[in-house]
Amino acid sequence: MLTDLLSNLDINELVEATYETFYMTLMSLIGTVIFGILLGLLLYLTSREGIWKNKFLNMITAIIVNVFRAIPFIILILLLFPFTDFLIGTIRGPNAALPALIIGSAPFYARLVEIALKEVDKGVIEAAKAMGAKTRTIIFRVLLPESMPALVSGITVTAIALIGYTAMAGVIGAGGLGDYAYFFGFQRRDVDIVFVCTVIIVIIVFIFQFIGDFISNKLDKR
Amino acid sequence: MISIEGLSKYYTSKKNQIAAVDDLTLNIKEGEIFGVIGYSGAGKSTFLRLLNRLEEPSKGRIVIDQQEITALNSKRLRLARQEIGMVFQHFNLLWSRTVKDNIAFPLEIAGFSKAERDERVHELIELVGLSDREHAYPSQLSGGQKQRVGIARALANNPNVLLCDEATSALDPETTNAILDLLVNINEKLGLTIILITHEMHVIRKICNRVAVMENGKVVEQGDVLDVFLHPKQRVTKRFVEQVMGVDDEDDGVSHLIHTYDHGKILRLHFIGETTNQALISQVAKKFAIDINILQGKITQTQRGAYGTLFVQIEGENEEVNKAVTFISDETSVEVEVIRDAN
Repeated sequence: MLTDLLSNLDINELVEATYETFYMTLMSLIGTVIFGILLGLLLYLTSREGIWKNKFLNMITAIIVNVFRAIPFIILILLLFPFTDFLIGTIRGPNAALPALIIGSAPFYARLVEIALKEVDKGVIEAAKAMGAKTRTIIFRVLLPESMPALVSGITVTAIALIGYTAMAGVIGAGGLGDYAYFFGFQRRDVDIVFVCTVIIVIIVFIFQFIGDFISNKLDKR
Repeated sequence: MISIEGLSKYYTSKKNQIAAVDDLTLNIKEGEIFGVIGYSGAGKSTFLRLLNRLEEPSKGRIVIDQQEITALNSKRLRLARQEIGMVFQHFNLLWSRTVKDNIAFPLEIAGFSKAERDERVHELIELVGLSDREHAYPSQLSGGQKQRVGIARALANNPNVLLCDEATSALDPETTNAILDLLVNINEKLGLTIILITHEMHVIRKICNRVAVMENGKVVEQGDVLDVFLHPKQRVTKRFVEQVMGVDDEDDGVSHLIHTYDHGKILRLHFIGETTNQALISQVAKKFAIDINILQGKITQTQRGAYGTLFVQIEGENEEVNKAVTFISDETSVEVEVIRDAN
């Protein structure tokens, strides 16, 4: 019965596509978290109350973040074609989607990091300074651990946005569930494929949300 | 031990310059508990932060333990800060760390090994009386317990100086007393100098040796706690003394007393420390053929002994009464003021 309903579905292709979606999401998530935290720290530390208070650097960082957040993702991919080609050597396949995915979502995550860091109690930072802590110590032993639940929630939100982005990237040939749904499901009018891909993406989103919430709650000792 | 000369901190807004701390000069002796009291906005909190340069001074010199704090570069300042403990009003503990790890934090900063840290943390936990709570997170502690962690953390690197920023202001009266007892205990046991700022005269009364009263960024009055209690010169100081001694409604009270007790001599006795252990009233009553009737009064304990006033009525032969008065004023350190002569 089920095989009748899903007559066009090729299970191998589906597994392959799901794997690609996972691959793209996780790889780009790692890049996004690294660049996002760096940018977020830069935004926070160079701000008016920051340890490295620097109006100029803060402005430059803010402009970069805002510009990349303003560009619609689908256009960003097209804009980055030459860059991707130079970096990866191709503009097709899951790896080729990574630069665009990371550049598209790192600024978004950077803002979430900035918000998380701003929530850290100023008194705790003052206490660390009073103990003679170096800036490095303050960043790694105070700022990041104290904002960890918010950083993790931010990763969850970003990961889910990234799953959406991978589907979009799929449409222009990156692979994954978006690619599969578009080329096989939409263009060949095989609605069952679109449906299954949607269900799987929704399940992936749920899994990410669940894991994210779980970790965030575990970390939060407040 | 600590000498502060001409210390100033200015904040400049667009139009004007505000002096949060204004040309402040103080000397604090080794091993004493020095209190700074003032209302909010008096500049006391800024003053404390200038001492370890959490706020950069605009002018002036700070010398702690022969080390000129104001002349240090940022690296040396960091090392100097490790020798200066600081306790905060809102505790400022890291919620992500347990009690044990919070106390270990300054030791991590100072670069001690894990074994050394564990040993020291253990001592400190004992010292502040938190032995069974070392694996708890700050959110599981009461305010008083959090402050004990704060104090243990401040003491971790064996500092010579402890700065207390309104350390008891967020605590209820009972917990406040427990924390103050702990501070006195530490002061005696470790011999470290404590500078504390507060807006509660109770705190000054209970644990300080000397006090400075701040108003508008300046020290308007300073001296031994007892002297300041006894002879408050500034209006602001008088108001603080009233916090502990009650509102000065003596004038009303006195005329009321004179009215009610219409015979005998009425005296006001000032207790100024030291006399705590003398049984003054019973001694006088035994020595002279007089009756003493205590009318009203309030006596409070400071680090230097009792301080307060007592109104008494003395009845008896004139000669005996006069002899008693002479005895009190000459032989004891209690000051006598005759409110009304016998009639």
